Amino acid sequence: MSSEGDLLHVVTADQISDRRRRFGKTIVWGSAGLLFLVAFLQAADHNGWLDIGFETWRPTLYAYVLWGICLCAAQVIERGEHGKRTLFVLPATLFVVSMVVFPLLFGLVIAFSDWNLSSPDGRQFNGLDNVRQMWTDPFYWNALKNMVYYTLAIIVEYAIAFGLALLLNAEIRARKFFRVAFLLPLMLSPVAVSWMIGKSMLENRFGPIARLLRELGVENPSFFSTPEVARMMIMLMDAWTYIPFMMIMILAGLQAIPRELNEAAEVDGASVWRKFWEITFPLMLPVSITAILIRIIFKLKLADIIINVTSGGPGGATDSVTSFIFREYRDRSNVGYGTLLAIVYLIIIAAAMTILIKAVDRWMRPRY
Amino acid sequence: MSEQIFHDSTSDRTYRARRISGRIVIYGILIVWAIISIFPIFWTITTSFKMAPDVMKGNMVPWWDYTPKWLGWRSLGLSPDTIGNESTVREEFLKRFWNSAVVAVSSSLIAVALGSMAAYGLSRFSYRFGFMRNSDISFFFLSQLILPPVVLALPFLVLYKSLGMLDTRIGLILLYTLTVLPIVIWIMRDQFGSIPTELEEAALVDGLSIWGAFLTIILPIAAPGMVASFILSLVLTWNEYFFAALLTSSHAKTLPVMVASQTGSQGISWWSMAALSFAAILPLIVIGVLLERFIIKGMAAGAVK
Repeated sequence: MSSEGDLLHVVTADQISDRRRRFGKTIVWGSAGLLFLVAFLQAADHNGWLDIGFETWRPTLYAYVLWGICLCAAQVIERGEHGKRTLFVLPATLFVVSMVVFPLLFGLVIAFSDWNLSSPDGRQFNGLDNVRQMWTDPFYWNALKNMVYYTLAIIVEYAIAFGLALLLNAEIRARKFFRVAFLLPLMLSPVAVSWMIGKSMLENRFGPIARLLRELGVENPSFFSTPEVARMMIMLMDAWTYIPFMMIMILAGLQAIPRELNEAAEVDGASVWRKFWEITFPLMLPVSITAILIRIIFKLKLADIIINVTSGGPGGATDSVTSFIFREYRDRSNVGYGTLLAIVYLIIIAAAMTILIKAVDRWMRPRY
Repeated sequence: MSEQIFHDSTSDRTYRARRISGRIVIYGILIVWAIISIFPIFWTITTSFKMAPDVMKGNMVPWWDYTPKWLGWRSLGLSPDTIGNESTVREEFLKRFWNSAVVAVSSSLIAVALGSMAAYGLSRFSYRFGFMRNSDISFFFLSQLILPPVVLALPFLVLYKSLGMLDTRIGLILLYTLTVLPIVIWIMRDQFGSIPTELEEAALVDGLSIWGAFLTIILPIAAPGMVASFILSLVLTWNEYFFAALLTSSHAKTLPVMVASQTGSQGISWWSMAALSFAAILPLIVIGVLLERFIIKGMAAGAVK
């Protein structure tokens, strides 16, 4: 799928007149000029050099959208058939670039400033103060450490998901019922889950799980008062929602294994255990790795449950990075520091994921 | 009746015993996990019909150890006796529900449209944008998955504030489109990759333009993949909480934010919380039960190559 060649061979004989080409160039540069003009006027207005009376920066946004449309249209006008092909990818690319790259660059600017949105002073550039503050912020490092724990929990989730997928792949009746039942947790919103499980089922006095534990002889079960147990509970809730996700990916992989392999092993007299370790598991490695990588990506975004159930407590013991930054902003409405933390987090996970993917790649395809 | 002459050999008999015990174990585990998966939902439904004493006593099975009451639903204004009356809570709820629905459906639609086009282009033509070739462009799109929402959240907060787009649906729609776009592109790239190029070649020979071939020949074939990616996007955007909590306050608040804002204040009046939570998850439970195969198809797309 990643082949670079022209997969669809199309011969095009476009006669594009010079006037048409010039027209295309004109609209692109014209709209770009308009964009710069509007942006300049707005900046002037914003800084008080001129008084035009813009309320928001929306005119610039509209000019930008107009430029985007002109750019797309110009592709077809200038380059005919080839432009029509570019048109497939260009809108999505423009969208993602403008929604990601600009905010990221902008974020880099805010990250080195002290900006309290509710104070009238506006943005104050403060150099490396935020970095120094981060370096000595025990809660941030604690949140990062928690992320490592949360990510390690994926191994257990994977084992459970694999087991369930094997069971679903076995000859069973009512497979559709079980599949739907197992899938349901994935559909529920984390916020609802945090009430349904975190706030009511795990409630200390009346929750069914506390009741069950009391029946079993545990005195005063409490789930969110000690750091270890609280963290474990967050992991369990998150696992409950996302195990179906891995399970389904693995199930799809299991169903793609040709039957002949297992039959041949059976003829050779292999036990169930050996069949699993020497056929199923090795064949499932690529799928497993994809599933685990995607799961890690989702896990790194973990926040909703923590924000709603423990809001980081007790004492920041359950904080994920996202929920910590969320609270940091909520409590102090300081955009600058939060953004710096987020960007550091992005750098860490981008590096970690790159190393992980490279390592997996080398391990899967060893070069002797 | 004479005596039975032929017997199963002993090894066959142990095999049968083993098989039956194996079956029992398999079904046992399956049923236990099904209970683990479904019990919280069951708990939420039943709790929404409980009254205070039932909650305290921990009654669980309706009609057996307690009589269902409409208490929780009455507080939402959705019980049979209040459904005709004016209810501010219900209006609030319906507004949030409508916001969620609009935001989720439109962002999923935009994402599917943009994503299908991009995935089709990437699976059929070779591009060169500067140094970026096809695989680089694909990687660029997919790498957005790694980007944690928190990195974009605060810059967007500031940007939207200066653009006057805080607390608007369109702002949420744009962000949600961005978050689900990589997933759509992933699923659709897989989908288009499995469609042979001969189809378009034939269509082009017959005089269709490339966009004509895409819209009239390829899209109908790729429809299952589009439905799958649409539903997955719908699930993710309907449940999204983080951006909604940061970027909306009164006008465009979505359902998860409403649920979250109620959890703290309710104390032990679980029945109304349960009713609200259940109302929030009901649409997705319905989708999950009815369209399960599309969801599975969507998630399986990336797994098996």
